[in-house]
Amino acid sequence: MSEHVPSIKKHGLMDWLTTVDHKKIAIMYLATGAIYLVIGGIFALLMRLQLAVPNNTLFVGSDFNQLLTMHGIVMIFFVATPVIFGFWNAIIPLQVGARDVAYPFLNALGFWLFFFGALLVNISWFFGGAPEGGWTIYAPLALSQYTGTGTDFLVLGLQLSGAGTIMNGINFLATIINMRAPGLSMLRLPMFTWTSIVVSVLILFAFPPLTIALFLIFFDRIFGTNFFNVAAGGDPVIYEHLFWIFGHPEVYILVLPAFGILSEILPVFSRKPLFGYHGMVIATSTIGLLGMMVWVHHMFTVGLGPIANSIFGIATSAIAVPTGIKVFTWIFTMWRGKIRFTTSMLYAASVIPNFVFAGVTGVMLALPPGDFQFHDTYFVVGHFHYVILGGIVASLIAAAYYWWPIIFNRQLNEKVGKINFWFYQIGFALTFLVQHWMGPLGMPRRVFTYEGGRGLDTINMISTIGAFLMSVSVLVIVLSIVHAWFKGKPTQSDPWDARTLEWSIKLPVPEYNFAQTPRVRARDAFWYEKMAGNKEMVPAEPLGEIHMPSPSILPFIMSVGFFIASFGFIFHLLPITLAGFAIAGVCMVIRSFKDDHGYHVNPNELSEGV
Amino acid sequence: MRSGWKKRGHLFALIALVMLAVTGCGDPYLSTMQPKGESAEISLGFMKLSLFVMLFVMGVAYLLFAIAVIRFRRRKGDNSNPEQWEGNTKLEIIWTVIPIIILALLAIPTIQQTFALAQDDNPSEDMLKVKVTAHQYWWEFEYPDLGIVTAQDLYIPTGQQVYVELTSKDVLHSFWVPALAGKLDTNPGEINRMRLGANEPGVYDGKCAELCGPSHALMDFKVVALEPADFEAWKEKMKKPAPAPTSDVAKQGEQVFQQSCLACHGTDSQTKSIGPNLTNFGERNELAGVHELNKDNLVKWIKNPSSLKPGVTNMPAFEGSISDEDISALAEYLLQLKQE
Repeated sequence: MSEHVPSIKKHGLMDWLTTVDHKKIAIMYLATGAIYLVIGGIFALLMRLQLAVPNNTLFVGSDFNQLLTMHGIVMIFFVATPVIFGFWNAIIPLQVGARDVAYPFLNALGFWLFFFGALLVNISWFFGGAPEGGWTIYAPLALSQYTGTGTDFLVLGLQLSGAGTIMNGINFLATIINMRAPGLSMLRLPMFTWTSIVVSVLILFAFPPLTIALFLIFFDRIFGTNFFNVAAGGDPVIYEHLFWIFGHPEVYILVLPAFGILSEILPVFSRKPLFGYHGMVIATSTIGLLGMMVWVHHMFTVGLGPIANSIFGIATSAIAVPTGIKVFTWIFTMWRGKIRFTTSMLYAASVIPNFVFAGVTGVMLALPPGDFQFHDTYFVVGHFHYVILGGIVASLIAAAYYWWPIIFNRQLNEKVGKINFWFYQIGFALTFLVQHWMGPLGMPRRVFTYEGGRGLDTINMISTIGAFLMSVSVLVIVLSIVHAWFKGKPTQSDPWDARTLEWSIKLPVPEYNFAQTPRVRARDAFWYEKMAGNKEMVPAEPLGEIHMPSPSILPFIMSVGFFIASFGFIFHLLPITLAGFAIAGVCMVIRSFKDDHGYHVNPNELSEGV
Repeated sequence: MRSGWKKRGHLFALIALVMLAVTGCGDPYLSTMQPKGESAEISLGFMKLSLFVMLFVMGVAYLLFAIAVIRFRRRKGDNSNPEQWEGNTKLEIIWTVIPIIILALLAIPTIQQTFALAQDDNPSEDMLKVKVTAHQYWWEFEYPDLGIVTAQDLYIPTGQQVYVELTSKDVLHSFWVPALAGKLDTNPGEINRMRLGANEPGVYDGKCAELCGPSHALMDFKVVALEPADFEAWKEKMKKPAPAPTSDVAKQGEQVFQQSCLACHGTDSQTKSIGPNLTNFGERNELAGVHELNKDNLVKWIKNPSSLKPGVTNMPAFEGSISDEDISALAEYLLQLKQE
């Protein structure tokens, strides 16, 4: 793949462990996300098997609670999050015309912290059981009187991966603001990059509260403090606030990149620019702002009183306004276009009706008088799976089909893609549409069983059948990826006749991305050049030496150090904790005192290659 | 592709029809869609209102979407570019302002009903007062004005609002009687207040709606709504001393009870106990909230509570420490705890 530039090392294990190249880090994020998608999906299928018939005894009690907790944690933190970061890494530097992210070392550290955090949470199965207090980890249930070491693994694992997430937020904010190509003003940024700015800001504000909440739980469990011990004056409601001050923005941290993806794909396959770009930027920012101040709608039944409930209810429903702007903007992006229904476009278009449905149930949930009945029932489960699977995951699949050529220099099979699209949509609708009835019929969420003959039997069976149909589609996607990996042929450049800067690069993307930094002359930069009759971007600099960051093993070792330290905490082994911290500390010292100026790619080699 | 989209629409319609046919509005004692109490009626009214408003919005969006994906597909061989239409201020203002108006209108009933459903700590004189304490995995009901404590079955008179104070002894739970009222959490160390009322007599299902541990799914209870006269009779029955056992087996069971159970379970409704109060236990609707109340199940429960409700740790398993014969007698004794 990289025969153009002799200075690039071959793909060995060491290369992956030491790389700071955003394109390789992207692939590692995507691969990790894909593996956890399969694991989290299996958890979901096991739960649906248990719930297929009333009074089933396949997984009951603690077993079921471990499955539901791990399903939520894995899907949110170890699937949606890394896949989004994968696309950020793969695409954003290319969209802004940069040669890497602002802090390549930090980028690698962020990945490895995420990787070992995820590993820590998932190996809890082999050390006395997985966490079982729900993905919300509510105290007092999460305290050591009520749940086992699984919760320790969870709290520490999320702490590690959360640190990685905060690093990504900082990194991409700096990258987008500082490293844009000449001419690429903020209001010329592609929407995917715009949503990433807002998401980065949300991460910076939302993850610290989670860090605090997890630390308080961790202190209560490991050091015996009393933050949430009611008998000693602790207050579990504080935990709920902290968690949801993180938890609600987290929804937008996951969904805004999906909105960005739609705003990239719909214009390309409609052959029209995004309709109302400025409105879209304002709507995105407004959603981010409002998203930070509506967390109490997860807590209407906590008993905060009618004043707080109605204020937060109305504030929440206000988010429907910018979201509505987005929906109509997408519809009118297709309007009067010439739509090509590639697999990517099918998935992207399907998000609109599914997400509108999720938004409708979202407004219903946002208003307290109805929410008192809907809250913590299967109605909520149906609602947020419409958001996540109908909105976020469908967008990510669309993004995969769309950007696969850039990331892997291969194309995924279109015909297979369309088959799997229909499996996905039908399976998804069967699984989750019916859940909107289960809730009002009296089925709380997070239950491992229900009574037969109470109006819940048939719909639960339908839901289980749907879940298996959906898993067929995931299987097809995996096979399609494997096929493209081994049998796929290199693609031509710009296969979709796309509009934005990343597609102006000749595939495969070289290590340095752009031999010459491009000059951006319009919003859809590449489309503008194509319309002007140019095959390539106009360069903004002469061909010269390219400065590249050096690879480093330190991020990996540092993360291993924190991983070991976490084990020490969980099993109350102080020496192991200290050893782990020592490893990480030594790495930090080396990093601080070692002058590393990177290396330069020789322009002569370049001119031969390009 | 066109037929594909249509097919999908048909499929949705089909599913929706099947759903309605199969489920109707659900079980009359469990469903929020057949409300039997004032609070549940208010909630359902609001659920319907928000649904209809949102269905209108959804209809508009779906219609435009359908037109867009059907009409504006590229025809075969057409490689020209459409007009590069970048926006339209008028349209954008329309789809910003109209939703604001809709939501502003929806905000009015939201505030009204949210306040209508709220209950402060000043119950009116005529309200029956009940203190609810949630435990892993059972419910304690105390009537402070009547001097009665019971568990699992909450008796209330019809046609009267009950003032409910909620708290928890251990983790977070949530008190939910779908057919009578929306849910409210029980937070340890705090008291939440709500109103509960039933329009007609019946045995309504109650659920725990907040994940509280392995047996969360089994933490059910019942709200038994009685005509006011029947409720008066129930009060009297609860205050009567437990009937003396008549059979020899039951007498033996009583002795076992006094030795091994009395420390945690009272049979006198006037005093609170650590575990569920067992006054008139023989009249419970279910055993432990979810199992049929019969001797087999009761024996199983006493031998090992976790076999019926996983994760029960507060009550020990008595298998081995009490002989099978004694456990059988104990079950006999408990089942005859009722007033004729």
